[in-house]
Amino acid sequence: VTATPPHDQAEHASVATYLKVAAILAVITALEFAVIYIRALTPILVPLLLVMSAAKFALVVLFFMHLRYDSKVLSTVFLGPLVIAIGIIVALTTLTGAFLVYHR
Amino acid sequence: VGDTGVDHRKLAIWVFLGSECFFFGTLIATYLAYRGRSVVGPHPHEILNIPLTTASTFVLLMSSLLMVLALAAAQRGDRRQSRIWLALTIFFGVGFLGFQAWEFTEFIHEGLTLQTNLFGSTFFTLTGFHGGHVAIGVTWLATLLVLDLRGRLSVGDALKVEIAGLYWHFVDIVWIAIFTLIYLIP
Repeated sequence: VTATPPHDQAEHASVATYLKVAAILAVITALEFAVIYIRALTPILVPLLLVMSAAKFALVVLFFMHLRYDSKVLSTVFLGPLVIAIGIIVALTTLTGAFLVYHR
Repeated sequence: VGDTGVDHRKLAIWVFLGSECFFFGTLIATYLAYRGRSVVGPHPHEILNIPLTTASTFVLLMSSLLMVLALAAAQRGDRRQSRIWLALTIFFGVGFLGFQAWEFTEFIHEGLTLQTNLFGSTFFTLTGFHGGHVAIGVTWLATLLVLDLRGRLSVGDALKVEIAGLYWHFVDIVWIAIFTLIYLIP
């Protein structure tokens, strides 16, 4: 018998935190929609959209999927393949000359 | 619970989600590799409906909130609340699928099919597989809800809701990437 609870029973975020995260996700989605129509942002549009998308991705994974609170083992088995998958996307699009907007 | 201190079922779903990263990673990479290489139209800028997709993205994001509220209720033993949030998650999931069915139908009417061009092939393959995952998620959640309504889920079964929720949130984060890379980036 262990004195500490197993990781999967660790304390998760509160309902108030979930509501805040959802509000932030909704605001970022609205901003994503808005920025594509702002001509002045065209030069930085792609990195801006990627940053906003990454922020939404991280919020869902950290709070809704509880990776912030759960065992590091779970982070490892998920983030390892995720990094490799992103590497595959960057490598394949670079090799084919289609790396987002940077055409050869 | 194994040596890692994590329930085996929870570890298994995270390993599965890791493998799903490869699956969707390759589909997204293929879409991007063939981007702008279609010889004939319709092309993405002529046909993608960004306002509609923003609405469907919002629906899927809010379904993730509902899912995590269902889990929180299940973990504190509030079965009534858990059922309500779970039913709403299913409703929003079906709503997202409705948006996708409408979008696919519109595209087909405008002459874009799986065989039309490289855009059609890669777009329908990627978003179709994602929609299939949403449909599986909806079925999974509906099964949990029916079991709960029949009294076959106990307070100790919150982990079953958590595992289904992890799958559901994963489907959401895949869509977050698809929305940006396929719809928003010009």
